[in-house]
Amino acid sequence: MKIKHLLAGGSLLALSTLPVAHAGATLDAVKAKGFVQCGVSTGLPGFSATNDKGQWTGLDVDVCRAVAAAVFGDASKVKYTPLTAKERFTALQSGEIDMLSRNTTWTLTRDTNLGLNFAGVNYYDGQGFMVHKSLGVKSATELDGAAVCIQAGTTTELNLADYFRSKGMKYTPITYDTSDETVKGFEAGRCDVLTSDQSQLYALRIKLKDPNSAVVLPEIISKEPLGPVVRNGDDDWLKVVRWALFAMINAEEMGVTSKNVDEVRKTTKDPGKQRLLGLSGIKGQGLQIRDDWAYQIIKQVGNYAEAFERNVGQGSPLKIARGINALWKDGGIQYAPPIR
Amino acid sequence: MSDASSEKAPAAASFWRDPEKRAWLFQVLVVAVVLALFGYIFQNTLHNLEKRGISTGFAFLNNEAGFGVLMSLIPYDETYTFGRTFLVGLLNTLLVSAIGIVFATLFGFIIGVARLSSNWIISRLAALYIEIFRNLPLLLQILFWYFAILPLLPHPRQSIELGEAVFLNKRGMYLPAPITESGFGWVLAALGVAIVASVFIARWARHRQDTTGQTFPVFWTSLGLIVFLPWLAFGITGFPLSWEYPELRGFNFRGGITVIPELFALALALSIYTAAYIAEIVRSGIQSVSHGQTEAAYALGLKPGQTLRLVIIPQAMRVIIPQLTSQYLNLTKNSSLAPAIGYPDLVALFAGTTLNQTGQAVEIIGITMGVYLTISLSISAFMNWYNKRMALVER
Amino acid sequence: MSEGKTDYIPGQYPDLPPPITEVGVVGWLRQNLFSNWWNTGLTFLGLYLVYLIFVPLIQWAIIDADWVGDSREACTSGGACWVFIRVRLDQFLYGFYPVGEQWRVNMTGLLLAATIAWLTVPKIPGKRYAGLFALVIFPVIAYLLLSGGSFGLEPVETTLWGGLMLTLILALVGIVAAFPLGILLALGRRSKMPIVRALSVAFIELWRGVPLITVLFMSSVMLPLFLPEGVNFDKLLRALIGIVLFQSAYIAEVVRSGLQAIPKGQYEAADALGLSYWKKMGLIILPQALKLVIPGIVNTFNELFKDTTLVMIIGLLDLLAIIKAALEDPNWLGYSIEGYTFAGLVFWLFCFGMSRYSMAIERKLHTGHKR
Repeated sequence: MKIKHLLAGGSLLALSTLPVAHAGATLDAVKAKGFVQCGVSTGLPGFSATNDKGQWTGLDVDVCRAVAAAVFGDASKVKYTPLTAKERFTALQSGEIDMLSRNTTWTLTRDTNLGLNFAGVNYYDGQGFMVHKSLGVKSATELDGAAVCIQAGTTTELNLADYFRSKGMKYTPITYDTSDETVKGFEAGRCDVLTSDQSQLYALRIKLKDPNSAVVLPEIISKEPLGPVVRNGDDDWLKVVRWALFAMINAEEMGVTSKNVDEVRKTTKDPGKQRLLGLSGIKGQGLQIRDDWAYQIIKQVGNYAEAFERNVGQGSPLKIARGINALWKDGGIQYAPPIR
Repeated sequence: MSDASSEKAPAAASFWRDPEKRAWLFQVLVVAVVLALFGYIFQNTLHNLEKRGISTGFAFLNNEAGFGVLMSLIPYDETYTFGRTFLVGLLNTLLVSAIGIVFATLFGFIIGVARLSSNWIISRLAALYIEIFRNLPLLLQILFWYFAILPLLPHPRQSIELGEAVFLNKRGMYLPAPITESGFGWVLAALGVAIVASVFIARWARHRQDTTGQTFPVFWTSLGLIVFLPWLAFGITGFPLSWEYPELRGFNFRGGITVIPELFALALALSIYTAAYIAEIVRSGIQSVSHGQTEAAYALGLKPGQTLRLVIIPQAMRVIIPQLTSQYLNLTKNSSLAPAIGYPDLVALFAGTTLNQTGQAVEIIGITMGVYLTISLSISAFMNWYNKRMALVER
Repeated sequence: MSEGKTDYIPGQYPDLPPPITEVGVVGWLRQNLFSNWWNTGLTFLGLYLVYLIFVPLIQWAIIDADWVGDSREACTSGGACWVFIRVRLDQFLYGFYPVGEQWRVNMTGLLLAATIAWLTVPKIPGKRYAGLFALVIFPVIAYLLLSGGSFGLEPVETTLWGGLMLTLILALVGIVAAFPLGILLALGRRSKMPIVRALSVAFIELWRGVPLITVLFMSSVMLPLFLPEGVNFDKLLRALIGIVLFQSAYIAEVVRSGLQAIPKGQYEAADALGLSYWKKMGLIILPQALKLVIPGIVNTFNELFKDTTLVMIIGLLDLLAIIKAALEDPNWLGYSIEGYTFAGLVFWLFCFGMSRYSMAIERKLHTGHKR
């Protein structure tokens, strides 16, 4: 009785109770409500963080914006839900968000046990180590007996345990709740090593008072393909998210950028580019969205290279090299199926 | 009802008029609504779990955990199960709560008495302490103590040493660990005998005081017994105890007992925060004993120390103890803020890492809440028992 | 006159002033600080403590601090860098609430201040309506203003709410919505109906026995599982539901203590007048009991206000969380002490004010019927 009473009171307050569509209908629901509800992290430099003006920016955020651009022709039609690592899957499962773009590692368990579908990989990451330079450690194999700072709620804890076990080494894990505390613990000297995804290590390193006092070790101890996630059993929506990402990668491969896209669209004779920009081929028909969807993505969000450099690459404080995130033809493994 | 039928009121109307029957009807309704609500939630949950392919049940407790833990009072490594992780977390929660309770009580009584000090500065400082620490969020205080103290400690290789046995650095305080050898059982046995003997002496002394009015130095006798007997046994059996000293190997110290800084900071923050409340409780408790009691005690010829011990404190305790218990409960519940600074308590290990690895929110949050509830209810039950006992002593 | 004894005649000698050691500043010092060697030692220890704590603090926070500027380059003097707080102040107060709409938050804040003044300042009349206004009308107005979507106001998503504003909303909604529920529970716990009593006791003890952190986890992770598929609550509302359930149990206990303090004669007199249960409670018992428990309610609110910092764990950006988020900004790294000090100061001011108020009320209520 009491709870019911409360629920009644709650709806009186009427803080927008969102009716959410059933599985299979996310695309329709998104079109109907006019925006994409996108789950992001509560603050991760380069991937999803707010700036002074409270706007969300980052590589993960750009995936959400690309989807909005594809569906509505307007990349700003996104509402963001900051989520902690604990909440993220529940939020997606319960329909609170339409898609999750929050540096989430694609694993077998998550793909199968949690009722989720991974739409692709927007960043190939791997777990690495950062150590204090003063220790003089050159390789992760010298870390026997080290104290390791680590952020809770991720696969990193398991990878770390596996790595040390397989090498027959001992370690002391110091598990913090947030990345901020992890860095502070490392900086204060509570641990010798900080472990996280490599992209994070660079992001965390610039948070140190003296970033040069720490070095990132060369070893990568795990595979962390990070990508956007949608609910199981909703293929139409899955395809929209997947191809929004692929369009960005294809655009980079064809050399179409946000700057030259209008010109390319007017002048190009290349059938591949024509198909990409919705001038010929299947256009938006198969995805049940606007014909110029890829054009809108490129125009408003940019191609993958632009998004990468702007958020985590040379145009950002993180200055992460493309590495394996380069296109397949440049020696990396970013590869998107063709648009035809 | 035979009497009722002879009355004026018709039987049919009396059902609504009879408060007792109305009460029962109302209660049946309440039960029905509550049951319906629970059924509804249960149905929804089952449906949702199945629909989303989330596994259910407690089988995960037997799965291998696969992650390491900073501090454990029982043997643990990655190959143990989630069930073991739960136990490790629970013990760590109990440990930090117990330490916090001891020090909060200690600080609280000192500050509370200082608040009543006739020295103006001391009393003002105590008031300042209370007002500052009571009015700041505990989370902020925990973060402060942890990140304020940590940078002050030296790196492991420049540890502060105390006679080659105790080391203090950023990784914690390293103490030598006692290793018992055969024959140590006798020492423990002697300790047991001493404690039992002290209890009997105390009873006898009370009886003697009741009958003859003569007092007996129970405290000193018991202390002597408890210290002397085990040492005697220790000597006779040939000192069957050796120490494992911590030593610096590689990055860190190994061996011995480690007190990690997370434990220290959390216990400190909890103690300081709760002490501010306890100080107020102690102050109001002591002030609640009327001055007439003190005057009466002096008139009877009791010394100031005796007055405090035999007259004021027993009466103040009756006011203090119930409130003190609720503070102990709060402290235990507040220890759940541990994850903020990486202390591996129940919430961090079980409702944190384990929840993330298994995704079984319903079971894990349920168990966690159940544990805290059990702790709370047992302390309240003890308190009710204690209060009753105190009330009996009163007359 | 003989044997050297002189009779004293009143007025023969002028009155001497009291010894300088017994009155005035010196007397006060002697009495309060230096009455014996032990006290003197304590005094010096205390003075030393004051010196140890306050001198560097003032040096850092005021004398050496940087106040003006708009980037970290302005912070050069080595003291506190309050520029950081100044630049981010808007965010700390309003979260991500759109700048053009922030007047709505200010309006609500002013209205809140006025309501509180109405409730607490004894001289303003109409206290009965003030309570009604604070509990019913003000929340509606505040909701319409903040959330928008009607009267031509632009809707503002709750995900944009944050900072001090969110902290206040969480604490206020937590207390206001929990209040009626808490009263019902308290009445239930003192009810003569065994099942109602048992359920109330179970409900109260359940929520009082668990830490708020697990309640928040539950409301953020488990609540969506409890609801039928497709129904979903706003994240803020979910947190609020958890807080209200939790808080109602505490309020119930406070109210119960008030109910118990009402003499039995009041109940019996109401019964003798033939009042029904609800009339008895609503007209006789509750008005007296609630007046008694005002300090208790304020203290509960104080606790809740501090506890709202825990919503950080479920990803809501309250004051502390938004300050922590600002510390992540690469342009302002390394100013966490300033950030936390600011957070501490704001929380302290609110909590201290509340605790003073509750003490004042307590003192006022105690006059007359002190046992």
